[in-house]
Amino acid sequence: MGTVSIKDHWGEQRLFEQRAVAAAFVIAALTLVLIGRLVVLQILRYDYYAELSQGNRVRVEPLPAQRGLILDRKGLVLAENRPAFQIELVRERVPDVEATLKRLIEIGVLPLDDLDETRKLVKSRRSFESVPIRLRLTDVEIARFAVHRFEFPGVDIATRLTRFYPHGEHAVHALGYVAAISESDVKKLEKDKLLSKYAGTSLIGKLGIEASYEEVLHGVDGSRQILVNAAGRSVQRESKDLDVLDPIAGRDVITGIDLPTQLVAEQGLIGRRGAVVAIDPNNGDVVAMVSTPGFDPNPFGRGLTTAEYAALRDNIDVPLLNRAIRGEYPPGSTVKPAIALGGLTLGITTPQRTKSCPGYFYLPGSGHRFRDWRPHGHGVVEMETAIAQSCDVYFYELSSMMGVDKLSGWLAHFGLGQPTNIDISGERKGILPSPAWKKARFKNAADQVWFPGETVSFGIGQGYLVVTPLQVAHMASILATRGKSYEPRLVTAFRDQGTGKLDPIPPKLIETVEASPENWKVAVDGMIKVMKAPGTGWRSQVGAQFQIAGKTGTAQVFTVKQHESYKEMESRLSERLYDHGWFIAFAPAEAPKLAVAVIIENGKHGTAAAVIARRVLDQFILGHTTTPDIPPPVVAPSGEVVVAPTAPGDE
Amino acid sequence: MYEPIEVGSRSRRTFSAAGRILGALKLDGPLLVGLGLITLFGLVVLYSASGQNWNRVIDGAIRAALGGVAMCALAQVKPAFLRRIALLMWIMGVVLLIVVDITGHIGKGAQRWLDLGFIRFQPSEIMKLAVPMTCAWWLHDRALPPDWKSLLVLAVIILVPTALTIIQPDLGTGGLILIGGMLVVILAGLQFRVIFGLAAAGAAAGWFAWHYFLYDYQKQRVFTLLDPESDKLGAGYHIIQSQIAIGSGGVFGKGLLNGSQGQLEFLPERTTDFIFAMVGEELGLFGAAILLLLYVFVVGRALYLAVETQDTFARLLAGSIALTFFVYVFINAGMVSGLLPVVGVPLPLVSYGGTSMVTLLAGFGILMSLYSHRKLVAS
Repeated sequence: MGTVSIKDHWGEQRLFEQRAVAAAFVIAALTLVLIGRLVVLQILRYDYYAELSQGNRVRVEPLPAQRGLILDRKGLVLAENRPAFQIELVRERVPDVEATLKRLIEIGVLPLDDLDETRKLVKSRRSFESVPIRLRLTDVEIARFAVHRFEFPGVDIATRLTRFYPHGEHAVHALGYVAAISESDVKKLEKDKLLSKYAGTSLIGKLGIEASYEEVLHGVDGSRQILVNAAGRSVQRESKDLDVLDPIAGRDVITGIDLPTQLVAEQGLIGRRGAVVAIDPNNGDVVAMVSTPGFDPNPFGRGLTTAEYAALRDNIDVPLLNRAIRGEYPPGSTVKPAIALGGLTLGITTPQRTKSCPGYFYLPGSGHRFRDWRPHGHGVVEMETAIAQSCDVYFYELSSMMGVDKLSGWLAHFGLGQPTNIDISGERKGILPSPAWKKARFKNAADQVWFPGETVSFGIGQGYLVVTPLQVAHMASILATRGKSYEPRLVTAFRDQGTGKLDPIPPKLIETVEASPENWKVAVDGMIKVMKAPGTGWRSQVGAQFQIAGKTGTAQVFTVKQHESYKEMESRLSERLYDHGWFIAFAPAEAPKLAVAVIIENGKHGTAAAVIARRVLDQFILGHTTTPDIPPPVVAPSGEVVVAPTAPGDE
Repeated sequence: MYEPIEVGSRSRRTFSAAGRILGALKLDGPLLVGLGLITLFGLVVLYSASGQNWNRVIDGAIRAALGGVAMCALAQVKPAFLRRIALLMWIMGVVLLIVVDITGHIGKGAQRWLDLGFIRFQPSEIMKLAVPMTCAWWLHDRALPPDWKSLLVLAVIILVPTALTIIQPDLGTGGLILIGGMLVVILAGLQFRVIFGLAAAGAAAGWFAWHYFLYDYQKQRVFTLLDPESDKLGAGYHIIQSQIAIGSGGVFGKGLLNGSQGQLEFLPERTTDFIFAMVGEELGLFGAAILLLLYVFVVGRALYLAVETQDTFARLLAGSIALTFFVYVFINAGMVSGLLPVVGVPLPLVSYGGTSMVTLLAGFGILMSLYSHRKLVAS
């Protein structure tokens, strides 16, 4: 390239034209690249971006489904949804958040201790969001705030529906309670593919009916799409394509519980540890389920403090334990009518066969003395008298004649040693011992052997045999119907919240215990004789308007699991060593409407339990009690229950 | 080469009358129509992007009118005058850039504006025109393609303002100045082997700059382009939201005023640098393609005018103005649609912003002057 060049105008013109043409091609190519990019974004990936755009502009606001009610058999409300009032604050509408919070403390609607946390909470949310700063206001607090309302722009009272149990601790073990959805609940819901139904819910059933019928009660949460801008603020703007998914309300659950009967049963156990289960023997409906002491389920909805929960958990009387389905006790003499029926049905004995009872019993070839509860014995007794007076010697002999296999096999028909499959979870199945059971239960070969002496104690409901009050009530209801074994259940029907349409659940007959009518008559007549002097339960028949068939029982102390220190134990030691008192009954004896089992822990014997059973039967069958010295419980219009404590006599 | 006046249909006569007026004003009709359509298109989109804010639209129209006045005025200026003042402009521009850099250094942080009290402007904008003018001036009397000594001078003309702009720091404008100058040199017939050599050297320089000179936020922009999802709410937010806007527009768009991305403020900078995403969302592929084709028409016409000019200075400057205009379009549309990193380059004549509107129309005024005064040169 020379340093001096002559300009070649035509050549330069041609050169420029070439370059311009090349540039035109490059421009065309780059334009195609841009249009190609637009085609990729706007045609090929349109669906993807359209969805992202939709997700941007739309926020989904959950609409919680209304939880179904729990009702008693006559429609009385046991669990409902009530508005709870809370104070909410919108930061951007409050001129001075700090001063407002201080003033709220001054007028006494915000606890001073909460100030720091509330301040943090308010700051952590977006300025246009309504932040709840105080939950569950009392009526007094609402009134206080209302008076000062004008001082608080941007602060308002809002209502949320929360679960409410109008009768407090009454029937709590049957109903269960709701509490905040825990991490493990979320995992379970996820596994069952139910989580999407809980978008707007913070509470879930934890025990009893609330837990077992969670799916029915809860319904399906809905949602509403609202238009939001980039800051997340809701935008008032017309839009046709916003979806609303209406929530589907949960269904009401109708139980077989009769609230007045439930209250009468609870009244009998005030101040005691024990359980009552009453079953309609004709269909298995549970009419009353009591476990004392109980607890108030309402605070669980707002969340218990650690101290509150610890107080419940560590209470020596374990109020959280549902003794009715989880307490395991020896049934004592309450199994005698069933064993007697077995002896007859299996052809081992006859109603007329007698046994002389000197107050003790020896197995042939053994020196071990089995005592009767009455030291001097019952004299010569046949079967009905043996049941009526609860003669232990008679049943020692009968059970050793039957042998453990037949005994165990027969009692299995009455549901012992197996879950009743009641419709709430957590039930224990007790132990119905047998040589096979013993072999599986113990590791040591010497312990695995079944001894004849063990059959003897088995015959009076002691030894390895343990049962739950529910199982005992179930057994009583099989005796009542002369063999019809219905699966016990708390819930009898569902009801649509909207239409009120009832959807009854048919009762489930498990089996019919086969025995001749004559043999049934002997067993039942024995139980009727229990209620006549000198039968062990005669006091509870006095003045009754119907014939009761009953059976008392005492169980050697078998304390339920509890966490107690030695010191606490010491102070109550003597009382807690008393035997448990049992009573089972059904009435009217010829056409039973109700079967009931009562256990009083450390109640010494069955007499006190029999008083409770009588009142329960009265209340359910007659609609009122016939024991005028004890005022019946009253349900106040507020739902609160007024109960005069009773002190059932020891004898 | 004016068309002779023919006796024909009435419309033909009217057309010719308009042509005569335009000729007297030294303006080019097709180019004027193209620029007018793009500006109008821009005002309509601005109406939607600003949330139906008429003040913004009127403001935009006033700026367009100012640009139009500048265009008409510059169209009257004789190319020879432009050629004479090119070097002077360049020197002034460099001085102002140095002043801006120094005040920026004192004030700490990016400094692009020069505040003269009555007006604030960016010296780097002047350089967008001054650099190609000076390059064309240098090459005007020299044989093409340029020899290596010329190239050395051209390198100084181009790189000094580029470097001064980049250290403001303003990588985007610096790059545009570089491209404007380079285009003159390429149009001047720079051999392709030299072009590729320079490209290789540029790549090496880029690598060097990446490791030693680029600011973190500038590097971040490149990272973000490569993987917008890595920084969803930070630098990646712009790109993600603009791609969502464009993509969700589909073929025919959501309709003017109906784009949720823009109207609900998800799309950042929607009246300025990212207005092309508004076009894509509300008017769809259809509207965006029409806008792009209008740009291609304007660039094509400008390139044609450049070819028609008759001296080196005019050809090179006109060609550079035409191609730079397309470069702006490509960089902005490429950035908004996620092909290029986010750099502050507005969409010509559509993005809301005064300086760019006036500078661009002034450039086209120069281009028209170069074309319409060609007879004088030829004679």
